[in-house]
Amino acid sequence: MRPGLILRAALVALLLALVLSPEAFTPVFAPFAPENGPVIYTRSSLLSLSLSHLGLVAVASLAATVVAVTLAILVTRPAGTAFRPLSRTITNVGQTFPPVAVLALAVPALGFGAGPTLVALFLYGLLPIFENAMTGLSTLPAATMEAARGIGLGRWQRLWRVELPLAMPVILGGIRLSVVIALGTATIGSTVAARTLGEVIIAGLLTSNTAFVLQGGLIVGLFAVLIHDALGQLEKYLTRRSGRR
Amino acid sequence: MIEIDRITKLYGSTRAVDAVSLTAETGTITVLVGTSGSGKTTLLRMINRLVEPTSGEVRINGEPTHAVKPHLLRRRIGYAIQGHGLFPHHTVARNIGAVPELLGWPRDKIAARVDELLELFGMDPAEFRDRLPLELSGGQQQRVGVARALASRPDLLLMDEPFGALDPIIRTRAQEDLRAIQRKLGSTILLVTHDMDEAIRLGDRIAVMDGGKLVQYGPPEEIVAKPATPFVADMVGDAERPMRLLSLIPVSELAEPGPAEGPALPEDASLREALSACLWSGREAIPVETVGAPAGRVTLAAIRARAERHG
Repeated sequence: MRPGLILRAALVALLLALVLSPEAFTPVFAPFAPENGPVIYTRSSLLSLSLSHLGLVAVASLAATVVAVTLAILVTRPAGTAFRPLSRTITNVGQTFPPVAVLALAVPALGFGAGPTLVALFLYGLLPIFENAMTGLSTLPAATMEAARGIGLGRWQRLWRVELPLAMPVILGGIRLSVVIALGTATIGSTVAARTLGEVIIAGLLTSNTAFVLQGGLIVGLFAVLIHDALGQLEKYLTRRSGRR
Repeated sequence: MIEIDRITKLYGSTRAVDAVSLTAETGTITVLVGTSGSGKTTLLRMINRLVEPTSGEVRINGEPTHAVKPHLLRRRIGYAIQGHGLFPHHTVARNIGAVPELLGWPRDKIAARVDELLELFGMDPAEFRDRLPLELSGGQQQRVGVARALASRPDLLLMDEPFGALDPIIRTRAQEDLRAIQRKLGSTILLVTHDMDEAIRLGDRIAVMDGGKLVQYGPPEEIVAKPATPFVADMVGDAERPMRLLSLIPVSELAEPGPAEGPALPEDASLREALSACLWSGREAIPVETVGAPAGRVTLAAIRARAERHG
């Protein structure tokens, strides 16, 4: 536990330093920059890019969670079982569509900016959440479900009080996967003028400035690692709370 | 009083339960016994409408169950099942208080009822109320399951193989506890089991089911002594019959004045225990006592004569 805590604190500190005072890292990145070229990305503040990046991921993941969990709830009701294969197909198609293609297709309809990126992240995020929510909701302990019905809980009461709390750790596992994928995928949103950390990476690629690429990549990577870890901890806590292990 | 009136359940063309009628008196334990597939569980689940009957009706204290919405009906009927079915994410107190909470009892009344039930089941409320089911032993989980079923003082308690998942020693204790608690509270219980020993130990009346039909319904003595069909005789078991019969009769019935050597038995012990004591210690008679005072003896000859009478 101790070494884990120290490592986490160190990573958080590194991430904050990279975002808040990038100039401090000039000596570190200088060897990667072209001669006489800029070492640190200054065209816009890394803080505002980070916030906008996280905001896009949060909005898209939240929407994907609401839709995927609702869908999973519907198809795990007795009346909805017939739609299970269909909804599986839909979410699978969302996953197989390359995000770049979604961006290209969405630009004519939604214009440049955050819109197409949100659509791509949303579609891409559906499948892991849906699959996990369905697994969680259909593998509940049989005796508990029988008792829930037997003591007189109504349909919605069973869902809210028993099914969702017990399935929550598994659902959260899907959300975690989806959020981490979205954090990486959001970088390509900058190709259609969404404000994300991808801007730094793309600027680096266009000007052959490896320092920019490293900066952007490092920040996105650190966000992904730390958020993945935080959601994993929450998942562990909820599993313990749900008394199934 | 629970009246089951010509109740039938069809699955396709299979008659899972076939026109079963029986009446269970208030304050008694009725045990439904049969092999798997005999329809006993389906019959039980039709009473709280977890299964809807194809035809026939059930009346609880004269009121037909189909007149009430299923989930409201179930809040008035206790339900305990094999493997307890506790909510793993709720504490013991919240599990036991589940039905009172649904019925909208005030919080302090629920808390008092939870503590009362934990004490009744021999579990210290301060120690157990805030634990999760995972932190209990199998026997304790099962007791909490029964306590949950009793929490709202239901008109009727349905139990589906409630002791099926327990090991033999804990099961015997759980059966004795249930008997004692039922006597104390005067609950009406309908219990399903495949175990004839359990049926004889617990039942005021036993209903034997075979192939969806009720083949015999009567007090345990009658089931053991006069099985109505070869199937019932099979369930009782030929070799076990004399012992099962003797296990139903208290020694007080055969107690006679006279001396006897060795340790005494209480007068509510069964003749089976008396016979066992005779055989094991090689005695011809066993002293009988009432609350510490001698009350005569019971002899091996009298036990043998009683067993030969078959009933």
